[in-house]
Amino acid sequence: MTTTRRSFLKFGGAMLGTLATAALWPLQVFAARPDDAFKSKSMTDLEKLLGGTPTDSADIDFKTPDIAENGAVVPVSIESNIPGTSEIMILVEQNPNPLSAMFLIPEGTKPAVSTRIKVAQTSNLIAVVKANGKLYSSTKETKVTLGGCGG
Amino acid sequence: MAGKMRVRASIKNGVTEVKALMSHPMETGLRKDTDGNPIPAHHITDVEVKLNDKVVLTAYWGGSVSQNPFLSFEINGGAPGDKLSIMWKDNKGESQTEEVTLK
Repeated sequence: MTTTRRSFLKFGGAMLGTLATAALWPLQVFAARPDDAFKSKSMTDLEKLLGGTPTDSADIDFKTPDIAENGAVVPVSIESNIPGTSEIMILVEQNPNPLSAMFLIPEGTKPAVSTRIKVAQTSNLIAVVKANGKLYSSTKETKVTLGGCGG
Repeated sequence: MAGKMRVRASIKNGVTEVKALMSHPMETGLRKDTDGNPIPAHHITDVEVKLNDKVVLTAYWGGSVSQNPFLSFEINGGAPGDKLSIMWKDNKGESQTEEVTLK
């Protein structure tokens, strides 16, 4: 394997990012909302901020409606069967800000959450799970007949 | 936004199931009112759930969590008499805490 300067820098940056997140979050949980990730408008930027492209996993039980009559209230439920799950995120690909919610799961809490989110238009919904520093995902499409963010 | 948070926690087979319904407009900041003026963002950003002062769940939310947010999850353990508290904080610095005693 040849290491170019660029790939080396990228790797270093990614490692630093991971270390910083790993070190920071458990300590000052409340001060560490990743505001940049929530403001991110594109999936590409968001993946960079979250630390990479997740790997598809069949070990995430992601329940979403196939069709949502009201995009303002879309029930979602995510259960991770991946050992070492420490974070669960919900992303809506077509929303103006794809990142909707992020849950930090300490030991002793089941890696399973349910909530309700807004889906602006028909979109892929992505459950992202972080386990042992790696990202995994499960994608489902929800068709929206009435948008969730209209005026 | 004077509504109260509703929290229900029940112990079943050594697992505590928590359900919460918060009262919040969850305004994204992207909508416009009837005159076309933008409606400022006003949404919960942080949620912290504690069982007897131990953090059992932290959530970070954007404006795309639905109005009057619902949250449900499960904690291994929990005994009658334990105190479960849920606190949220929003982007305007407002916050609300609700505590229940497990039965």
